[in-house]
Amino acid sequence: MKARIWRFGDGIDTDAMAPGQYMKLPIQELARHCMEGVRPEFATGVRPGDVVVAGANFGIGSSREQAPQALATLGVAGVVALSFAGLFYRNAINLGLPVLVCRDVEPLEDGAAVSLDAAAATLTLGNGATVRLEPMPRFLLDIVEAGGLIPHLQTTLPARRQ
Amino acid sequence: MSKPPNPPQTLAEKLLARAAGRPQVTAGETVICTVDLAMSHDSSGPRRVAPMLEELQVPVWDPSRYVVVTDHYVPAETPESEAILRFTRDWSKQSGITKLHDEEGICHVVLPQKGHLRPGMLVVGGDSHSPTGGAFGCYMFGIGATEMAGVLATGRIWLNVPQTIVMEWRGRFQPAVSAKDVMLFLCGKFGMDGGRYQAVEFAGEAVKALSMQERMTLCNMTAELGGQAGLVAPDEVTIDYLLQAGVPADALADAFDWFTDPDAQVAEHHRFDAAELVPQVAAPHSPANAAPIADALGQTVDVAYIGACTGAKLDDLRMAAQVLKGRRIAKGLRLMVAPASQADQEAARADGSLDILLLAGGELLPTACGACAGYGKFRFGEDTRVVSSTARNFKGRMGAASSRVWLASPATVAASAIEGCLADPRGYWRG
Repeated sequence: MKARIWRFGDGIDTDAMAPGQYMKLPIQELARHCMEGVRPEFATGVRPGDVVVAGANFGIGSSREQAPQALATLGVAGVVALSFAGLFYRNAINLGLPVLVCRDVEPLEDGAAVSLDAAAATLTLGNGATVRLEPMPRFLLDIVEAGGLIPHLQTTLPARRQ
Repeated sequence: MSKPPNPPQTLAEKLLARAAGRPQVTAGETVICTVDLAMSHDSSGPRRVAPMLEELQVPVWDPSRYVVVTDHYVPAETPESEAILRFTRDWSKQSGITKLHDEEGICHVVLPQKGHLRPGMLVVGGDSHSPTGGAFGCYMFGIGATEMAGVLATGRIWLNVPQTIVMEWRGRFQPAVSAKDVMLFLCGKFGMDGGRYQAVEFAGEAVKALSMQERMTLCNMTAELGGQAGLVAPDEVTIDYLLQAGVPADALADAFDWFTDPDAQVAEHHRFDAAELVPQVAAPHSPANAAPIADALGQTVDVAYIGACTGAKLDDLRMAAQVLKGRRIAKGLRLMVAPASQADQEAARADGSLDILLLAGGELLPTACGACAGYGKFRFGEDTRVVSSTARNFKGRMGAASSRVWLASPATVAASAIEGCLADPRGYWRG
């Protein structure tokens, strides 16, 4: 299991994930500054498949979807948190980034080996233990599994317009 | 035999029922709503949605229902921001969007000013302070750019019908105490997830006594409270404002239909005595750090910033002028004033408020988001201490990571500008 947990605290805001002074840059460059005010080593250290685990109210602040987009661009497999700010939650789904609520994030340690199964709503740890997450509603999983709202609409729009 | 009346509903339920084409809806259920109006600004709008619409190979579903406002990248400072603005203008024109408001002010202030809102509407905005529109009895909430592309492609959006949290303010606010103090107080009391992404409704005689722009401030900072939408039921004050904004009277015929039924089920109902509210200040780095001004008196500040949709509308400029009339700012302090819209700036010029602020030593900045969003050249430098009428003081948002922002009402910002440190506006109020 190559992927790891990146632990964050409560109230991680969208300015931290997509800082204002970089907002005019393309996402590839903006993503390099993701979390730099909170954890400077995150953007360079994160690897595809890694999971962000956080406390309460993850994603508070702006509607900028560059926040979840930066995480997705860096290869984050999903975000697991005690709770999410509503706007961030919607934006993440629309960008195909799984977001799942976990009742107790205490046992999930920074750096621990992990694997996320968003459809099954589970986290599997390096020792084989499974952590149950709150399942995402099916219609939102459909959007995430399609890769986000735009790919989802690409399959559903033509039918609707008939 | 006549149809039995619907069970009591909240304002939020009534608004979403209409948008979903249903006689009624229940909190918790997922509904698909028809969108009456969509709004984007130059950061979240055309530059983001155009490529997605092209990928989907669909036009904007109804160009007459899309409002575009330039406020984040104006005035252009760099080739990148110039390119963003040029694209915003060109694409809007090519797409048949006539409701482009270019360099007229901040989107949340311009939208109702230009007569685009009316009670009963379902409105989406590409900005987190979109709940501002709820002051007009609309269900208006913020969405990201991809979601906006979906709305522009289909004219629809899904929603979970929210519960309603009522914030009732009885009596009257003290002089020098304003809507910004209300919201800081509520953020301090309930935290930034107090709204639980539900609908927060502001009610009570003290709310009804507020002007439309003050009600906009309440709804605006519902974002910081964590609500999905902020709401104020329309009344005569709402009608007056909208008629002045050019909304035809017949479009307002049902304005008084939009209210929470007296026996509707609400999730929470909080009652406050308005007279007990004192000026508030939220210390760095969260609106939830709000506390009475007495706790923060004497904190030195280098900059006093009057700006943003939250804190630089005409009423905000007037409140600051009440405090600053005949006075000068402290030596060494910088007072920056960025009116929220051209119309507010012109009205402040006409009634003398703007002169008061400039005579006191204030500098006039463009009518745009400016330092609040932290995008451009107004970012505060290392170790700068700022008292600001904006909504958010997250670390590093408005300037260097070492800069610190205290949030306060326009009156408190003005009083602090006089003293060079956080100060109580009640000592200066001439109301």
